[in-house]
Amino acid sequence: MKPAPFAYIRPASIAEAVRILADGKGSARPLAGGQSLVPMLNLRLAPVERIVDLGGIAELRQTRDDGTSVRYGAMTIHAAFEDGEVPDASNGLMAHVAGRFAFRAVRNRGTIGGALALADPASDWLVTVVALEAKLHAVGPDGRRVIPAEKFVLGPYFTSLAEGELLEAIEVPKRPKTERWGYCKVTAKVGEYAESMALALVDRARGTARVALGATDGAPIVLPEAAASALRGEAAQSLRETIQRELVAAERDFSRAKLAMHATTVFRALRDAVSS
Amino acid sequence: MGGTRAEKTVERTQGVGTPVRRVEDRRFLEGKGEYLADLNIPGVVDIAFLRSPVAHARLKGVHIPDRIRNSVVLAGDIAFAKPIVAVGKAKGFKYSEYPPLATGRVRFVGEPIAMCVASTRAEAEDMAQACTLDLEELPPVWDIDVALRPDAPPIHDGWDNNLFVTTEIKTGDLNAVKASASVVVEKTMRMARHAGVSMETRGVLAYYDRRLGELVVYSSTQFPHVIRTILAQSLGIAESTLRVVAPDVGGGFGIKNNFQPEELAVAALAMKIGRPVRWIEDRREHLIASPHAREHRYRLKAYADKAGRVLGLEAEVTVDAGAYSVWPWTASMEAGMSAGIMTGPYDIPVYHGRAITVCTNKSPLGPYRGVGRSGACFAIETMIDAVARAVGRTPEDVRIENMVPPTAMPYRSATGKLYDSGDYPEAARRALAAIDAAAVRARQARGEPDGRLIGLGVASYTEQSAHGTAEWVARGLPVVFGYEPALARFTPDGKLILFVGIQNHGQGLETTLAQVAHEELGIPVSDVVVRHGDSSVSPYGMGTFASRSMTMAGGAVSRACAILAEKMKRIGAHLLQAPVDSVTLADGKVSFGAQSVTFAEIADAAYLHPERLPTGEEPALEANAVYEPGRSTGAFSYATHACVVAVDPGTGLVEILDYVVCHDCGTMVNPLIVEAQVVGGVAQGLGTALYEEIPYDENGQPLASTFLDYLIPGPAEVPDVRVLHMETPSPHTRFGIKGMGEGGAIAPPAAVLNGINDALRPLRVELSETPVTPERILDAIAAAQENAR
Repeated sequence: MKPAPFAYIRPASIAEAVRILADGKGSARPLAGGQSLVPMLNLRLAPVERIVDLGGIAELRQTRDDGTSVRYGAMTIHAAFEDGEVPDASNGLMAHVAGRFAFRAVRNRGTIGGALALADPASDWLVTVVALEAKLHAVGPDGRRVIPAEKFVLGPYFTSLAEGELLEAIEVPKRPKTERWGYCKVTAKVGEYAESMALALVDRARGTARVALGATDGAPIVLPEAAASALRGEAAQSLRETIQRELVAAERDFSRAKLAMHATTVFRALRDAVSS
Repeated sequence: MGGTRAEKTVERTQGVGTPVRRVEDRRFLEGKGEYLADLNIPGVVDIAFLRSPVAHARLKGVHIPDRIRNSVVLAGDIAFAKPIVAVGKAKGFKYSEYPPLATGRVRFVGEPIAMCVASTRAEAEDMAQACTLDLEELPPVWDIDVALRPDAPPIHDGWDNNLFVTTEIKTGDLNAVKASASVVVEKTMRMARHAGVSMETRGVLAYYDRRLGELVVYSSTQFPHVIRTILAQSLGIAESTLRVVAPDVGGGFGIKNNFQPEELAVAALAMKIGRPVRWIEDRREHLIASPHAREHRYRLKAYADKAGRVLGLEAEVTVDAGAYSVWPWTASMEAGMSAGIMTGPYDIPVYHGRAITVCTNKSPLGPYRGVGRSGACFAIETMIDAVARAVGRTPEDVRIENMVPPTAMPYRSATGKLYDSGDYPEAARRALAAIDAAAVRARQARGEPDGRLIGLGVASYTEQSAHGTAEWVARGLPVVFGYEPALARFTPDGKLILFVGIQNHGQGLETTLAQVAHEELGIPVSDVVVRHGDSSVSPYGMGTFASRSMTMAGGAVSRACAILAEKMKRIGAHLLQAPVDSVTLADGKVSFGAQSVTFAEIADAAYLHPERLPTGEEPALEANAVYEPGRSTGAFSYATHACVVAVDPGTGLVEILDYVVCHDCGTMVNPLIVEAQVVGGVAQGLGTALYEEIPYDENGQPLASTFLDYLIPGPAEVPDVRVLHMETPSPHTRFGIKGMGEGGAIAPPAAVLNGINDALRPLRVELSETPVTPERILDAIAAAQENAR
């Protein structure tokens, strides 16, 4: 479990990083927090000739409150969200999610941008940005563009980022103060990846509701019927049936057990959002 | 020899039964232990094994790039090293040849094919990656069912099927039982394949010592002397020119209790190239290719009367023993042991048991804390619960009524074991009282506000420990572990060194053996050094496994120290001019009233002033002894575990709300250590119950090769375990000690599964497979709901 030899480069700017990743002088991968990439390198699962460490690029760690949204630098570590070191656009949801990610040691180095770019389906940030209707800011050799979170993940470990593109920021619209969130995550044991994770956002004052399911072996799933049903205040049994129907209709390859687990997390996230 | 503690005329403040803090902990907790990877031999080169990526193939060749040809070692380069062959004595046992590096065929993913040698491990792995293998794949035998199909390809040359051996035990008239039973309960159960996951992985470092003319092999092993014997045989050298040393070993649990092909390969290479060579196993290798454990399948049929009294039992245990027979246990020991303890603590007079050992394309299976007993306990304990349900009574009552009562001791079981002493029903009663079964039942009836389901789970077992000659002969092993030695040697300055043949890797023996010395001599524990783990330093011993060391080495230390105690008294009395019968040994002194002479003065006389010794007294102050218990059929520790679980039927998650162990290991030498052993064992047992498994796919690929997939319990998963002690001494051992290191790991799978089934009974769910993962629970609930519709 020692990595194969690779060259290590630490650019000082986004432009330099993008240039190196696109220069075609051998394979290159960006290194963010390394909490997934370094183990993969050690296991020799991700052979690469050059590692481009983004840690030296100050701009990627900057966070800005833009008034109606907060723009988080892609290299913001999970612990920064957990500790409230960055402003919270989500009424505390992002801090709550971040604080329940793996272990503190991982959170001290892992980054939101790295987690999103890898798109491990069990990653908590994936479902969080979808639930929060975030916009992901990408930069690459062809310039900059904005990708809505719901269109970002195409499949397991597969995003709409083009070759040589990096995430530079995650823009989260400030959620209304009247909105309440619900969170339900199932892990086999403390610190493990999610087996199922659901986030619900319900605003009775404004009559809106949204629920997203993550850890589904693919992209997160938004469940509008379940959300509407919860907002209407439907009885538990009826809500469960709606959730079940909508999950089956999503046509993912859920095992019988996984379907039951996902139905539980979605229900509990909605129940908590509605009742809090 | 043996029985209860000797009458004490002097107080022994650090003797048998006292809670002395472990002396070895200081170096471990301060990070000053010296494990295999800490050893620094100048000029050492590191080895990475090139291992088979496929489960079953003809190995036609290894293509090595020219630039590294001299750095890659193949089987032909160490052809003088003989393959590992472990032959069981049971009729029909088929043996396997396990080469240190594969020749001709590879038989499991991870089997060593070549050694790549470089100045760093990273470079050695680069070399391994640069080699290509010419493999002609054969159909993988990836499962017991696949292995037993009539058209399955035999994995070993000359075999006509994939069975190592089948053995049977038949006691009593099963037909009579079948005719008279009111209730028949049949169940199948399974336990998943484990890796041992010791905190320190395996490792070997070998070099040639020119001064002493010997090959020195450091290995993270549990039995250095025995490894020396088999390694010398395999290398074709005299044992007197081989030294095997176990440095500090960070956990073994049985995984380090086999003769590993890596030990043989590395030692052979060191002989050949005359340079120090080192292999440190990494975690991926450990999960894939270290000896695996626990993969059992059971079919049980219990015949009972209307009250749930079991009149007879039929059992079939099938073990997936992997590709090769491990040395010295043989592939068949696991199934044989399970069949041999299946009736557990119960008085079941009629028993037909069959043990089937199957060969598959997986890493060889060997002993792991509890060995076959964990599976047997799992089988019989879940069966007892099922019998109770069938007759409409509580598992608690049915369990106790079936147990061997204390008045029946010593008791010959239907499996042929001789239980020496114990009160099994009392342990069960105390455990149930401590868990407050009545309160749990009341809570179940009330229901939980969060919708979780509460369950009570109980499991009992009896555990053979410190077995000697008779038992090992009965198991048909190629070597028999009948005794332990001890050499107790005073230094001229009056301190004591105990040289023992066991190997301490977490059991606290550097402390407890000193406590035994204190018991005999009254010497402060801090004046005693325990030396173990080095074949050149200690007398020939068998090592640490099978919960034997405290009983066996403790007995030997006691005997050797008793001899020294007499000599101390004789010399001390002479120096004090007092009658020998009137002096006492305590606090490092021999005393007569207010007068005393220190051990240092006595030792000084014995070694360097023999003119001061009594006439006829030989100089020097050391004694040798060997020890075996009065009966070699084993001393039986036992326990009942009881737990309360909360099952979330929406997520399948299980929380253990309370866990109680009431155990009896005879006389406890050190209650702190005993309790810690129980709790540690429970943690591992919970791993078996809820988390650990290595599934293989239909290509024979192991699907859990990192901790991402192989889950083990961490601090958040292990509850506070309450341990209650009973002490029924063994009539056959020194001080009445029984071994107890494994027991904690034996009962949890059964206790937890019984608890989960108790909780899920209203949903008509009965699970019978470990680990009981959330997915398995949810799937069973969904299946029961579909059946109901």
